[in-house]
Amino acid sequence: MEMRAVYAGCLAELMEQDRRVCVLDADLAKASGTRKLYERFPEQMFDCGVAEQNMASIAAGLASYGFRPWIESFTPFATRRICDQIAISISYAGQNVKVVGTDPGISAELNGGTHMSMEDIGVLRSVPGVVIFEPVDEVQLRAAMPVLNAYEGCVYMRLFRKELPTVFDENYRFDLFKADVLKEGRDLSIFVSGFLTRDVLDVQDELRAAGIDAEVVNVHTIKPIDRETVIASARKTGAVLTVENHNVIGGLHSAVLEALSEEKIPAVAVGVKDRFGEVGKMPYLREILGMTKADIVSAATKAVSLK
Amino acid sequence: MSYDLKEVCKDIRCDILRCIGHLGVGHIGGCLSVVELLAVLYFQEMNIDPKQPKMAGRDRFVCSKGHAGPAVYAALANRGYFDKAELLTLNQSGTNLPSHCDMNRTVGIDMTAGSLGQGFSCAVGIALGSKLEKDGATVYALVGDGESQEGQIWEAAMFAAAKGLDNLIAFTDYNKFQIDDSVDKVNDVAPLAEKWAAFGWNVIDVEDGNDVEQVSEAVRHAKLGPGGGRPTMVILNTVKGCGVQWIVDLGAGNHNCKVSEEQAKAACREIRGED
Repeated sequence: MEMRAVYAGCLAELMEQDRRVCVLDADLAKASGTRKLYERFPEQMFDCGVAEQNMASIAAGLASYGFRPWIESFTPFATRRICDQIAISISYAGQNVKVVGTDPGISAELNGGTHMSMEDIGVLRSVPGVVIFEPVDEVQLRAAMPVLNAYEGCVYMRLFRKELPTVFDENYRFDLFKADVLKEGRDLSIFVSGFLTRDVLDVQDELRAAGIDAEVVNVHTIKPIDRETVIASARKTGAVLTVENHNVIGGLHSAVLEALSEEKIPAVAVGVKDRFGEVGKMPYLREILGMTKADIVSAATKAVSLK
Repeated sequence: MSYDLKEVCKDIRCDILRCIGHLGVGHIGGCLSVVELLAVLYFQEMNIDPKQPKMAGRDRFVCSKGHAGPAVYAALANRGYFDKAELLTLNQSGTNLPSHCDMNRTVGIDMTAGSLGQGFSCAVGIALGSKLEKDGATVYALVGDGESQEGQIWEAAMFAAAKGLDNLIAFTDYNKFQIDDSVDKVNDVAPLAEKWAAFGWNVIDVEDGNDVEQVSEAVRHAKLGPGGGRPTMVILNTVKGCGVQWIVDLGAGNHNCKVSEEQAKAACREIRGED
């Protein structure tokens, strides 16, 4: 199922259970998959039109009145465009608002460079009090939604809109603040977020053939990062690779290195190397941005060689 | 209980001067210009209880021009929300009274503000919340004239009218000055009444926004409801620094300026007509 359909279904359940849960759009309800909820929840769905700043602060006002608003837009407009509203109206004011950015990084595809946020995690990671979460598949998203809704405070979710191959099964138990060790290993710790998690798992045979027994850790919550798991894994393996659909400045790579700042452990990054995106389908974008499976394998080899 | 609003205004003005004079510097001009509005709202119109500052269904006030915090604190203290002695802690380390309104620090403050334009949208969100709760609250919001240069003000104006938020009564403190110069020279917001009317708002233009009777009359009219589900904008033609002539004479220079304790005391005597 498409991630946005899972997301919308979860929102519907939450709105059904609690009339204080509401959703605000900035003319992208169709893109977010929530358009059909307007008829069903006319008193809980609000389209603010193309006015993201107003949407964010209105949500803060609603939250101050006891509501539990979710706001949504494409990733760049849900983050860098309204960074100050998220910082002041929401987080500084202590308001309980959930921010959802859809089509993160290269998944913006044909909308091109203007819509391709490579910096949203970096922008919001430097705002105090914002939890940053990126689901890897629909199982994790389904498990996370009620937890995010119940969390008192600002959470930013980076939501891939389309269908993703699953990583987790029905036995999955979600903890918002605990990273998931998907595979244990001895030679290298691979910390990965978002849809690239599936690819990291898929290259394990190749890595094994190259003599690398990698540990794979899905860091679904980039802030606050699960320092305990990150440090323990890196100390055990002695080498680190981070893999993310985001600029390596400010995103997962930065967060992992901050956690490991007192460790002497080599770290290599797969991610966007401080450049803007451009129009293209994902395979092309992965190629030009150095985010293919082959790039993951060669970066893993390099990380181990640095030990 | 009814208050003598003119006396209340003198008390609020003197307390603003006292706390800014104690500190030595502050946003004095835009605090003194909104005193009559605060007196009318907190001492006459608002359904509030200082003993239950979080009372459900109470009327709300959002000071979107957050730098008028000291004026709001003076009004709250005079209304009994907290001890007037606390006013002297304004902007001191560890204070509950920061320069810009903070709902998590100050008893009686309904919304945090300071990043201009945002408080007004928050007030619109609160008015929407009250409509959804059907609790009958009136939401009051104060914006600055310089603040009206923010695009977010007009995003919120459009939304409030589109959603029929007739429980929202907003005020523009049209004192004609901002930090750099007079508003018309920096980036003119005029004609304000026509702009708000064009955005679908009921507009009341108050000739002298530093006359409690005119302000009081305007709020009463606004509360009667303009019909058509329209929110109301009351444009208060005010004087920045109102009540203290040397501060008024500074013009744009009074937005944030030095005030000594001696000057504050003398100004207070001027306000109370004791000179």
